[in-house]
Amino acid sequence: MESIAITKDFGKVRDDFPVLQRTVNGKRLVYLDTAATSQKPNIVIDSINEYYRNHYANVHRGLYALSVEATEAYEESRTKIANFINAKNADELVFVRNATEGINLVAYSWARSNIEKNDTILATEMEHHSNLVPWQQTAKFLGSDLDFIKIDEDGQLILDDLERAFSKKVKLLAITHVSNVLGTINPLKKIIKYAHDHGARVLVDAAQSAPHMPLDVQDLDCDFLVISGHKMMGPDGIGVLYGKRELLLKMDPFLFGGDMIKEVHLRDARWNDLPWKFEAGTPNVSGAIGLGVASDYLRDLDMKAVRAHERSLVEYSINELLGIDDITIFGPKDSDIRCGVVSFNLDDIHPHDVASVLDTEGIAVRAGHHCAQPLMERLGVSATTRASFHVYNSREDIDSLVEGLQKTKKMFKK
Amino acid sequence: MSDEMYREVILDYYQNPRNKGTIGKPEISAMDYNPLCGDKITFQMNLDANGKVAEVKFDGEGCAISQASASMLTEMVMGKDINDLSRISRTEILESLGNPTLGPVRIKCAMLCLKVMKVGVYSHLGGSGDRSEE
Repeated sequence: MESIAITKDFGKVRDDFPVLQRTVNGKRLVYLDTAATSQKPNIVIDSINEYYRNHYANVHRGLYALSVEATEAYEESRTKIANFINAKNADELVFVRNATEGINLVAYSWARSNIEKNDTILATEMEHHSNLVPWQQTAKFLGSDLDFIKIDEDGQLILDDLERAFSKKVKLLAITHVSNVLGTINPLKKIIKYAHDHGARVLVDAAQSAPHMPLDVQDLDCDFLVISGHKMMGPDGIGVLYGKRELLLKMDPFLFGGDMIKEVHLRDARWNDLPWKFEAGTPNVSGAIGLGVASDYLRDLDMKAVRAHERSLVEYSINELLGIDDITIFGPKDSDIRCGVVSFNLDDIHPHDVASVLDTEGIAVRAGHHCAQPLMERLGVSATTRASFHVYNSREDIDSLVEGLQKTKKMFKK
Repeated sequence: MSDEMYREVILDYYQNPRNKGTIGKPEISAMDYNPLCGDKITFQMNLDANGKVAEVKFDGEGCAISQASASMLTEMVMGKDINDLSRISRTEILESLGNPTLGPVRIKCAMLCLKVMKVGVYSHLGGSGDRSEE
């Protein structure tokens, strides 16, 4: 059980986000789609602007001032993010395009040379397609087994299922920290310990957790972890793969080309040191800089306080939403194990119709399968409506949502 | 935008769909999804001796726009010559929906039925499917 921190007043935070100052359809914008992507604070937008205006050059190898400044900014960002997730070394962080690319890197560079035909790749029933499809393809390529830890009716992993799952020769567990549909926070530390005791490595999809709660890769003891930059107030096109150094050292590169080499001859080449051996080609420098600033911004807000704020929003929203007749809320009701994501269905009104009516009220929610079709099947629905929060949301936003849903219900009343 | 989107006529056809169901032995039958929304439409027809639509049903699940437009399309094709069906246009669908303001995402919901109907017609006539409705 988390200690209940006194919720910090985040009332002013909304002012940091220029887009939240605009109106949509003549109404105050109520942005409830952070699980898809987060909005950006001025400080992040300005940092990208500043880089392009005053320091722009290609990184590494340049011998002139601009290139040195660009390189310093790029590598400083790596250190900032390493601190944000408490990695032991900054060189355990590889900049990638997004969480998906990080997972693919592990699939190609680690899984294909460390998993064999009779081994099992284990995932869960609540994975986003990004942490599912790469493993389907890897299992097909290797001819290995692919299995899933099951979830219960409440949307929690069935921990009793671990024994069955790990009775096989599991080499890798690919698991999300927080479900992007149900908001469930998985008890990772316990599961990772269990996986390690059974000889498996663990890859954590932290796309939905890193922006919302304190994250400590050393404490979790995960082997790999991926983060999506745009979901944590950074720019899009940038993400991070964390890997334990001893694993990254033994892995071959995923992409080949410039910058990832130490020396090149006509017929052969030697790879660069960590982490650059995984960063072929000119990297997304502005993206990395923006993400570094975003991680500092979040750190300054204090991730414990961010989590406490979102937790109180989850409690409030579940309470308020349950006051609407004919609403079904998916996932755990206990805010101790639930992040700021609330998926629901309103009567038999299609989620796309719900989202369209809410849009007229300036409320942005997502509706659909949320890139988790197997989970939708498991829940027995084709789609849900999803509201998700961040620190720039308030109870006022949830009140608007509830009002919007009442309006939707009225409109579709038979 | 969407007060303009959910016109009475749409809600009426959505809540009281005409010609919803399946035909036992359809001469023409096609089905497709709108992967974006998860809308699903099956469109079935039987022709009379003169090649005119004598029986028509749609079935499916999805949002109000997709289901209402499919139901309206069944009424539009009834009695028409099979050779004329490929000429039914997007504009005609939008007109029957009351010309709602649909964004680029939701317009796909409205056009799914037209695409499915035409795929059925083309495969019956032996031509290749026109994908222009996508």
